[in-house]
Amino acid sequence: MWLKLGQRLVSLMIVMFLVATMVFFLTRLAPGDPAALMLGDQATAEDIAQLRQVYGLDKPIIVQFVLWLKEIARGNLGHSIFLQRPVIQAIAERAEPTFFLALFSVSIAALVGIPAGIVSAVWRGRLLDQIVSGLAMLAANIPSFWLGLIFIQLFAVRLGWFPVAGYGEPGAPFLERLAHLALPATVLGIVNSALIVRFTRASMLDVLSDDYVRTARSKGISEARVVLRHAFGNALVPIVTVVALTAALLVGGAIVTETVFGLPGIGNLVVSAVLRRDYPVIQGALIVVAAVYVLINLLTDIIYTFVDPRVRY
Amino acid sequence: MVHSPAILFFRRMFRRKLVFAAFVILSVIMLMALVAPWVAPYEPTSIKIIRRLRPPGELNWLGTDEFGRDILSRIIYGARASLGIGFAVVLVSMTVGTLFGLLAGYFRSLDGLVMRVVDATMALPDILLAIFLVAVLGASAFNVVLALSIVYTPRVIRVVRASTLVLRELPFVEAARALGVSTRRILSVHILLNVASPVLVQATFIFAYAVLAEAGLSFLGAGVPPEVPTWGTMIASGQQYADSAFWVVLFPGLAIVLAALSLQVVGDGLRDMLDPKLRKTL
Amino acid sequence: MDTSHLLSIRDLEARFRTEDSEVTPVRGVTLSVGAGETVALVGESGSGKSVTSLAVMGLLPRPAGRVSGGQILFRRRSGEMVDLVSLPLPELRKLRGSEIAMIFQEPMTSLNPVMTVGEQIAESVRLHMGLSQGAAMRRAEEMLDLVEIPNARHRVYEYPHQMSGGMRQRVMIALAMSCNPSLLIADEPTTALDVTIQAQILALIGRLQRDLGMGVLFITHNLGVVAEIADRVTVMYAGQVVETGSVRDIFRAPRHPYTGALLNCLPARARHREDGRRVVQSIPGSVEFVNGGCSFAPRCTRAADICRTDAIALENEKERSVRCLRWRETFA
Repeated sequence: MWLKLGQRLVSLMIVMFLVATMVFFLTRLAPGDPAALMLGDQATAEDIAQLRQVYGLDKPIIVQFVLWLKEIARGNLGHSIFLQRPVIQAIAERAEPTFFLALFSVSIAALVGIPAGIVSAVWRGRLLDQIVSGLAMLAANIPSFWLGLIFIQLFAVRLGWFPVAGYGEPGAPFLERLAHLALPATVLGIVNSALIVRFTRASMLDVLSDDYVRTARSKGISEARVVLRHAFGNALVPIVTVVALTAALLVGGAIVTETVFGLPGIGNLVVSAVLRRDYPVIQGALIVVAAVYVLINLLTDIIYTFVDPRVRY
Repeated sequence: MVHSPAILFFRRMFRRKLVFAAFVILSVIMLMALVAPWVAPYEPTSIKIIRRLRPPGELNWLGTDEFGRDILSRIIYGARASLGIGFAVVLVSMTVGTLFGLLAGYFRSLDGLVMRVVDATMALPDILLAIFLVAVLGASAFNVVLALSIVYTPRVIRVVRASTLVLRELPFVEAARALGVSTRRILSVHILLNVASPVLVQATFIFAYAVLAEAGLSFLGAGVPPEVPTWGTMIASGQQYADSAFWVVLFPGLAIVLAALSLQVVGDGLRDMLDPKLRKTL
Repeated sequence: MDTSHLLSIRDLEARFRTEDSEVTPVRGVTLSVGAGETVALVGESGSGKSVTSLAVMGLLPRPAGRVSGGQILFRRRSGEMVDLVSLPLPELRKLRGSEIAMIFQEPMTSLNPVMTVGEQIAESVRLHMGLSQGAAMRRAEEMLDLVEIPNARHRVYEYPHQMSGGMRQRVMIALAMSCNPSLLIADEPTTALDVTIQAQILALIGRLQRDLGMGVLFITHNLGVVAEIADRVTVMYAGQVVETGSVRDIFRAPRHPYTGALLNCLPARARHREDGRRVVQSIPGSVEFVNGGCSFAPRCTRAADICRTDAIALENEKERSVRCLRWRETFA
């Protein structure tokens, strides 16, 4: 098991390295001088020259890359001229809404998606299955920003149940935060539940025809126990995978929803950075998001060992 | 009665009414996009300030936007950009993805590198990677296609590689190899033809994802320029009027849902039909 | 109605719906198992023997399969006769695992990979015998002991993947025996095992059957096994019972050409084959029920015209029955 985890760690480190490489070199594709881009439109030639030196932009690109990697490895993601602070700090300030949004969204998605998927598999081909599968298909194809706008109109503007946008005043109580997160988390929960429904259904269908499920039935235990204990217990690995993947991708993938709901999260930070061409922030955000993805993947591997005894040895 | 394979193909596929309905809807949307100038009731850019933000009615079936432009006409023209971009993304990612997928699946030496790169791109959420790429390349329709192609090519590589890995061990491929058939021919004939169906299925799904992603990018202002009518830009520019004129936002969104959903349903139908193993579990 | 038997199946018919048609893998199956008796159900793959056994358990794969006719009478411990076909599912569940237990063919896949073997046995015991978790685990331990698994005390905490195929089949047997069933259905329990392990498992089933006095319905395609373990034999072909009788009678004087053919395939019999009784013509393709006429006729070297026209009834004579119009001419 440790060997396996070690191997995973190595391959995930490679993924991290490749993401960093991609981010670095692709950014250089951007037209214009990176220093000039970093400084914005009002920069003087002198400022630019100085910045080139500070960032080693006058050195060969490979050297720059190595220097940049070193900084990242030390946790330094660069400095944002626009925000006038280290990128890592800018991201940390925005982490809270994104974290809670991802957490609540994936919880909603799993709480809706897993039972729906089970029900759909158990009653395969029946009306209930068709309704669930149909709704899942629909949910997968609704743009989250559009659903967000509709929800805002319906539940915030017309009905007034929730705040329209934002994350409340700084230092507001958590309950107020919750009120702000309710709509966006519901939107993302609905949209992301689709994949979980499909995976759960497929995985359950897979195991429901397995021999040990028949054995379980032959013991005379209730169908509910057959489905929930014997079948679901064996269907968990792919389900855990998809839930974890959903969580991982929500951290950087909630950009549009954060924008619609005016949540000051990482997604929002990225969008404004893109519009300002604030490359250090964009790069930093990508690195952080990939790192979270890698961490969640490792965590998933550890969860597997609890879910499936065969993985332990 | 003897039918051509094509007829049998469509028969099987449309046994499920839903798939048939989706296919029809999709065809209608595409056709409307193609002949937009003849079917759209108005010019999509003709501004009539006195008729701004009119609700759906006799003159404008789906209402007008903040410049008095006809929403239905803009949706029909918007289909050109939205579906056009989606289709271009499909073409590029299918071509590049199939090539690399075949190579990675067939030559073990390339597999490691290609798949690590695939893993790396998939470590980033689609929309984040896309917005980063557009930010770097510059916002234009061409660059949106390029960015989304980079985002979705890895999916195709994965599918093609997985099929190739299975296929290369199958007796008919081994037999071809034993008979001295060239590697190039094995790949381009024996394997390519057999990965065609999963690729085709994947193509419809990527088409749907691309339509959704394009709308997202446009909405964020990081896609095609706002003056080009696409479903995404329509929602983006209309959102501030949503409080008083919901139709400005509602209908372009419905168009997206309808198009993406139809693509997804057709893709599902294709998969059920092309993959006999899956069909059994239906 | 015959009440002397523990299990008696009467004219059982089962249907399966496929994508575009319906097949009847079992029609007109009649057989019985007495208390403490071992009955072998013999036939080639696709003959309907597994379907028959699953029908008894009410475990035909749903929603495709169902019992469409006949009765499966079972005598409960209380003495009451119930028809398992019409018994409501909750009632049937009370019987499953307690009075009727089943062992499956594939020991490698028939145990739940994510539960310890102890838990799997204990689950059944808790349910049917009302034991506490602790007592149920002790019972599981006893059962592993009973099926001769060494070091049972530790092995109850093992997962199936930590055991060999033979060990897993022992666990399956322990699981089946855990609530003292009066009927055990064993569906090819040794087919997937090595020959040496096979013998051990057969011996184990035989011993437990004698010690505990269960009725056993033993499904197999291997007549060699039948000779070793069974009291009586029922032979199936293409979804029908073609012959029933005691092991002695069947082995000494088979009446149905198909039974004769099966016996001729036994290694010990092969020597006698020179008497020229080649009865089976192998035909490619699947064995199917033939409408009107004997299903075996297409492969039977002794088939006459009458064999291909009318449906043929099971002919009973004392303890034996046979479904062949010409058995007197053929084997008398």
